[in-house]
Amino acid sequence: MKKIDNTTRYERLRERYMNGDLDRRSFLGLLGAAGAAYGLVTPYRALAQSVSQVRFDGWGGVVSEALRKNAFDPFTAKTGIEVVDGTFGGGDEYISRVKASQPGEYNIAHLSGVFDYARYHGLGLTTKLNEDNLPNLQYVIPKLVDVFRNITDGSLSCVPYDYGTTGLAYNRKYISDDEIKEKGAKILIDEAYKGKIAGWSDWRTRMWYAALQTGQSPNGITDEEAAWDAVRKHRDLALKYWGSGAELMSLLAEEEIHVTEAWSGRIYALQEQGHDIGYFDPPNGFGWQECMFVIKDSPLEACEELLNFMLAPETSIAVAEGQNYPPALDPQKVELGDKIPTLPAFDPSGTLEGLTFADPDYWNGHEQAWSKTFGRVQKGY
Amino acid sequence: MSIEARERRQPWILLSPALTTIGLLLFVPLLFIVVYSFWLRTATGADQAGFYLDNWREALSDPFYRDILLFTLKIAAITTLVCAVMGYPAAYFIARSRGNKAILLLLLMLPFWISYIIRTMSWINILGVSGALNSLLIWLGIISEPMQMLYNQTTVILGLVHFLLPFMILNVFVSLEGIDVTLEDAANSLGATKWEAFLQVTLPLSLPGLAAGGLLCFVLGAGTYITPLVLGGPTDAMFANLVYEAIITQLNWPLGSALSLMLLVVLGVLVMIYNRYLGMAQLMKGLG
Repeated sequence: MKKIDNTTRYERLRERYMNGDLDRRSFLGLLGAAGAAYGLVTPYRALAQSVSQVRFDGWGGVVSEALRKNAFDPFTAKTGIEVVDGTFGGGDEYISRVKASQPGEYNIAHLSGVFDYARYHGLGLTTKLNEDNLPNLQYVIPKLVDVFRNITDGSLSCVPYDYGTTGLAYNRKYISDDEIKEKGAKILIDEAYKGKIAGWSDWRTRMWYAALQTGQSPNGITDEEAAWDAVRKHRDLALKYWGSGAELMSLLAEEEIHVTEAWSGRIYALQEQGHDIGYFDPPNGFGWQECMFVIKDSPLEACEELLNFMLAPETSIAVAEGQNYPPALDPQKVELGDKIPTLPAFDPSGTLEGLTFADPDYWNGHEQAWSKTFGRVQKGY
Repeated sequence: MSIEARERRQPWILLSPALTTIGLLLFVPLLFIVVYSFWLRTATGADQAGFYLDNWREALSDPFYRDILLFTLKIAAITTLVCAVMGYPAAYFIARSRGNKAILLLLLMLPFWISYIIRTMSWINILGVSGALNSLLIWLGIISEPMQMLYNQTTVILGLVHFLLPFMILNVFVSLEGIDVTLEDAANSLGATKWEAFLQVTLPLSLPGLAAGGLLCFVLGAGTYITPLVLGGPTDAMFANLVYEAIITQLNWPLGSALSLMLLVVLGVLVMIYNRYLGMAQLMKGLG
């Protein structure tokens, strides 16, 4: 039987109506039903179609450039699947966008922290990757994989991709290496630098550093009020809260500020550009691991193919060198070249014992209350 | 069908595309927001449907929201005042200029060709520590160290004035254009000085345009969140920033909905007061 398209169907229907074979009410009813059916089906058509593109969302700036050049373009050349990449300023902003989206609209996200992975799982947005399609997962540091498995009952909805730290960045023209080592996280609440201090407008980072400033464990703050007082003190001394990596780099490069906490890779990028910006991880500095997370209702096989391509050592190393964050590849299994061992936070042992990561249960347990409180403290309360 | 009945239906038929669009794109989403404001956010960030008054109770009783709302209205009022003071002479100059009116109007519209965010961010390059103004002042020997000019309440107002001034000028210009210039001549012929003719004839007749521009500047200024985000310091947040934070950062859509409706009601009341005493016709002329 010959297949007919919708236009032909409509024309036949119209012809029947014009010939008087169909009364007006039936004609309009059928048209309405067709329209409603089309409207209902359209959002799900993407799932049934052969996949020609996958959407990726990440942190923008040098990170996006590194991914585009070293992973996405070569992947498209190899498979014909286009990777459409978008950016976000933070995980909170992105989760809101995903929550408002149609199923399948967003596919892969460059998430930071296991706590974000747990939040997506809590919202029912995780999927189950077929690890047979991810042979390059074998090169990844096991510790990085296990923490995700623990959240999703042994399965994975992501692959670990890189790690880094949020340490202290300082302008060496005004602050010496010795001073930053001596003062550590407390330099962010040092009156001497009033108006020349900045900080990320992220409640987790603010509370983490407040814990360090008040001598507490970031994963077990016992004196909350003291921590909030430290957040308030930082706010009163700060010139600005930054909201993106680009803004962070601009504030430091333009010398608007002299010290802030900062993402290790962005500071390395500034150093590569010739800025005399130092970077120091204080004891118990904020370590994090990033993953490539596949959102529920995404075209799984295409996503798995992309993730496996991205995990291939040659791709992963090239991306890491571009974005200045060490890859999740195990240095005991893969030769990582010359540049990666020089990156901040790099652990040659592959055990990551020297880094302190956020406990997802602890931080997600406080997310609702602390994010709200920070919203007020941030504005002078 | 009678002719009268058909004539009664015609305007509605002609209006139906616009009404459908407004209904679908404005009122239906607004209805969603109203419904959302009675829901609750659960611990995971998911929404709990139902009819709860918690968000409204919090939004209306918490002094935090009241204070930020008052701060927002204050910033919007100052911005409007500055726009009026700066915009009126500019509009007067354009309206009374003879040969180059079209070019001046084109120049006035020129900023709209550039994204609002880029226009806002341009102040960082002008007022920053290593920006144009500091560099010039150091080069002239007026200062030896760069001054900290960014990220405070003044820069927020400056950014808003930059954004809103054309709206004020356009409204006043339209109003001035509608005034018969011979009225000033008549006042002069009756003994009034130019200044008196302006104060007693032109200014009162152009007040509806000034009020329309003021309303636009105030409403748009009170609803902005980009300017305080880019040019403000830690404590310069405005009410729209609270809505943004509730929805984006805290994933609390129900509270964010209640807050956005609260702002909508406050600004809506202002528009209604304006409409009651001055009417919307002048505003439409200015926007047109």
